[in-house]
Amino acid sequence: MKIMTCPLNGPRNIDEFAYFGPLRARPDPEGASDADWTRYIFHAPNPVGVIREWWCHTPTNFFFIAERDTASDEILRTYAPDEAPAGGPDGGPAGGDSA
Amino acid sequence: MSEVGARLGWAYGSRLDRSRVVAFRFEGRGYSGYAGDTIASALAANGRYVLSRSFKYHRPRGVLTMAGQDANSLVQVGPEPNVFADGRRIEAGMEVWGQNYAGSLDRDRNAILDRLSAFLPVGFYYRAFWGPTKDAFLKLWEPAIRKRAGLGRISLDAPAPDYDKAYRFCDVAVIGGGPAGLSAALAAARAGAEVMLVEQEPELGGSLSYRRGERLQERRRALLEAVAAQPGITVLTEATCAGCYADGWLAIEQRTRLHKLRAKALVVAAGGFEQPVVFRNNDLPGIMLGSAAQRLIRHYAVKPGSRAVVLTCNAEGYEVAADLAEAGVEVAAIVDPRPAAAESAAARVLSGSSLREAEGRDERGGRGLWHLQRVLTEPLGQGAPEAAWIDCDLLCVSGGTMPAYQLPAQAGARLTFEERGQRFAIERVPERMWLAGATAGASTLDEALDSGARAGAAAAASLGFGGRGQAAPARTEASRSDSFDWPLTAHPRGKDFVDFDEDLQVKDIENAVAEGYAELELVKRFSTVGMGPSQGRQAALATAKIVAGATGRSVAEVGVTTARPPFAAMKLGVLAGDPLTQHRHTPMHHRHLEAGASMQPVGAWWRPSYYGLAARRDEAIAAEVAAVRNGVAMLDVSTLGSLEVRGPDAAELLNRLYTLRYDSLPVGRTRYLLLVNEMGSIIDDGMAYRIAEDHFYVTATTGAVGAVYQLMLFMNAEWRLRVDVLNATAAFAAVNVTGPQARALLAALSDDIDFSAEALPYLHGRQGRVAGQPARVLRIGFTGEASYELHVPASRGEALWDRLMAAGAPLGLRPYGLEASRILRLEKGHIIIGQDTDAMSTPDQVGMAWAVSKKKPYFLGKRSLEQRRRVGLGRRLVGFETAERAPEIAESCLVMEGERPVGFVTSTCWSPTLNKRIGLAYAAPEAAPGQSITIRDRAGAARVVPVVAPHFYDPLNARQSL
Repeated sequence: MKIMTCPLNGPRNIDEFAYFGPLRARPDPEGASDADWTRYIFHAPNPVGVIREWWCHTPTNFFFIAERDTASDEILRTYAPDEAPAGGPDGGPAGGDSA
Repeated sequence: MSEVGARLGWAYGSRLDRSRVVAFRFEGRGYSGYAGDTIASALAANGRYVLSRSFKYHRPRGVLTMAGQDANSLVQVGPEPNVFADGRRIEAGMEVWGQNYAGSLDRDRNAILDRLSAFLPVGFYYRAFWGPTKDAFLKLWEPAIRKRAGLGRISLDAPAPDYDKAYRFCDVAVIGGGPAGLSAALAAARAGAEVMLVEQEPELGGSLSYRRGERLQERRRALLEAVAAQPGITVLTEATCAGCYADGWLAIEQRTRLHKLRAKALVVAAGGFEQPVVFRNNDLPGIMLGSAAQRLIRHYAVKPGSRAVVLTCNAEGYEVAADLAEAGVEVAAIVDPRPAAAESAAARVLSGSSLREAEGRDERGGRGLWHLQRVLTEPLGQGAPEAAWIDCDLLCVSGGTMPAYQLPAQAGARLTFEERGQRFAIERVPERMWLAGATAGASTLDEALDSGARAGAAAAASLGFGGRGQAAPARTEASRSDSFDWPLTAHPRGKDFVDFDEDLQVKDIENAVAEGYAELELVKRFSTVGMGPSQGRQAALATAKIVAGATGRSVAEVGVTTARPPFAAMKLGVLAGDPLTQHRHTPMHHRHLEAGASMQPVGAWWRPSYYGLAARRDEAIAAEVAAVRNGVAMLDVSTLGSLEVRGPDAAELLNRLYTLRYDSLPVGRTRYLLLVNEMGSIIDDGMAYRIAEDHFYVTATTGAVGAVYQLMLFMNAEWRLRVDVLNATAAFAAVNVTGPQARALLAALSDDIDFSAEALPYLHGRQGRVAGQPARVLRIGFTGEASYELHVPASRGEALWDRLMAAGAPLGLRPYGLEASRILRLEKGHIIIGQDTDAMSTPDQVGMAWAVSKKKPYFLGKRSLEQRRRVGLGRRLVGFETAERAPEIAESCLVMEGERPVGFVTSTCWSPTLNKRIGLAYAAPEAAPGQSITIRDRAGAARVVPVVAPHFYDPLNARQSL
């Protein structure tokens, strides 16, 4: 079982964590076309390479961001949403770029 | 012959306790052995070698590895199938049976299959048996084949042992307690690391435990003493590492326990697997690996035969010959394929030769397959001795060593093939893993000890112990356990087995390639090679060579099939662990039991289903419903989710998540909560009680509260609202008191809350003391009667329940359960999330558009709801009723339009209040009261029932707001 480092709780077994999907941009719910909104709801990007994802440490319900290489399944770093490193995402489930 | 069979002198039998004789039965016949004997060794001492019948051809099979690595030794022990006879120690009174035969092990009626093998080609189950009629395979052939191929019998009455799990941690895990592993453990522990040493066999020492020579034994003793004296080494024996997972997570099976070991670094010193050689009838009982003969002699003092031939290409085989001679076995010849073979004091050496075939006898001495009788040599080149038959009852085969590659391969290492030594080697070993001993290619004791010491020191050093790290041991020059490029041409009459588990011959592998399955993974799936209990330990190398030869590639290019956990067969009980499931009990749980409640699981909780005897279930439920409608009753709702939402932005958080408005909710009022996800589908509902401007008490359904709580935190990670959310579910006990008499009951139990209809109307909330307990009171409407939800600290739940029961007795108060609750809410047409909704349900579909604010600029599912409204409704949840009892109309029955299903029944019950069957069903969007829908009932009959408004009882809600 993999180990993931929670920014709040330190290294823990991966089965203490829940995955909440990649950070991606949400279109404006008022202005988006039906096609764009449908794509946002139903189409998840699945790129090869380093992506930013939402994870939750379930015993404490602490949400944070992990950078993971989808090719090697290596977790490169984790940080709290308000501690995004320079050049990182602006935080939030739908905020930030679409990796 | 003594009662424990013929045994060698006291210098032999390291595992035996000769002071204790153990009697057991095999195939109904009595046998005896010594304590410490395995089933196979005790039987072998009595001259009994046949343990089982082979999987496909039902050929007699016996001892092959003596190490629990092959299907030959699978037996049934009492109710337990598939036990390795060469691994399980005998116990007094043990009842052991062979497996996979019809009749008896000695007289297997299915042995005829051996003669019919021409009609059972490789992959036959994929190709034959499709006739003569439709479904003939499933109905006729498959059960018959399954019976033929049965491996043991499962007893449904067998008592389950207590399986459990242990969670362990160490710095360096060493897999394998042979010389390399011992030396690695010592080196790592001396550097200061905490070491876990995992050994499959009952004792440490690996091959030293059965190899000859006083000098080796001296060194083994010294190693064991050093390990015992060294602090920091924990030893697990009879423990098998079944899997190597990410970040040093190891699954280790030890009898009935699964150790989940987290190791920071790993040394694999798991040894290697001695390889058999392929020739005709190479599966006869009496033919075994050289190491198996050595184990029989040294561990169990069993003389494995009287006249032996040794077939070998390396130094191990010569040691075997010397061992045999020392134990009093006449060694007729050593057959060695190398042109210039070594010499032996034990026997004459036939160099440049292999074996072409073996022949057996039956039990009475005629020709047969019961036991080896003689072997036919085959010259491989000029100058070799001419082909000749040699009489023997034992053939020891040492065909080379395959490193135990499985664990490194699971972790990502690759195998390469060295043409010169004709053997596999492991490369691209992953980080934090080191190899030692035969697994690393070491072939002499010194090499093994040296590689172990270096691997152990390097593993410890990688964690900062003992100073600077050392380089991983370089591959040493191999000399001793080299293999040989054994000829692998199919014998014209076959029965030259590559895989003993699956009865696969050389031609089967060749035919699989000829069928077009050129890739090894496909050969495996078509032929099932390597899929048996031995997992290819004895078959992988030969298979790779045959496929390489048939496809004109190198063995390295063909490789081996993917190694996956588990390394060895595991009991499902070990994986499942403790069968106890964890349940949650409300503070009033024991009161329900005392009141005779029938309990049912709801998620992790146990809740009362109804109160009373199962035989009078329906009466009990009807009486509970009547109590709610006519008097007063109460339901334990402590399992409801409770969330405290506090902070200046508390109302804003609820506004953004839920479909209604909460900023406009006055303090002291409650309001329904409906939650849809971003896709616009309903996922939960509940009530919000505004305790203060900045404080809401929010309920959620029993099963969904965890997800709702998580969603709140997740969304707020984006929104960053000034709000704190606490999941207080376990902190509250709650009771729903409902019925026309509810108010009278509660008014008498409270000094500081005015329960009059004017002071505490429908959809209001109050805080105060009820029955002496601090309580939050929510007026709601779930049952359709006046309802009060009393939420008190969990520690006060029992006291509240008891006081209510006592005070309510004169009013006829009774507790009611979930069954009555479901009827009550269905009579009111209230939906249950998850029962009446699915992943596609929108508020529009279930008639709850009233619960969606039209004025709010934003909430989570708003955009999707609007978009789905533009697409159209698709279906509609409607009420239906019928005066018939109609138990055939049940949940999940389809609603049909002609032959087309347009929906299904989500809830239905016989309403004792209304005296008719009522229900909710998804139907076409046009369905409306006054029309009818057609339900296909459980019996398949079409029932036309009228559509009605889903508010079956008190449609104007007069009663709940009284």
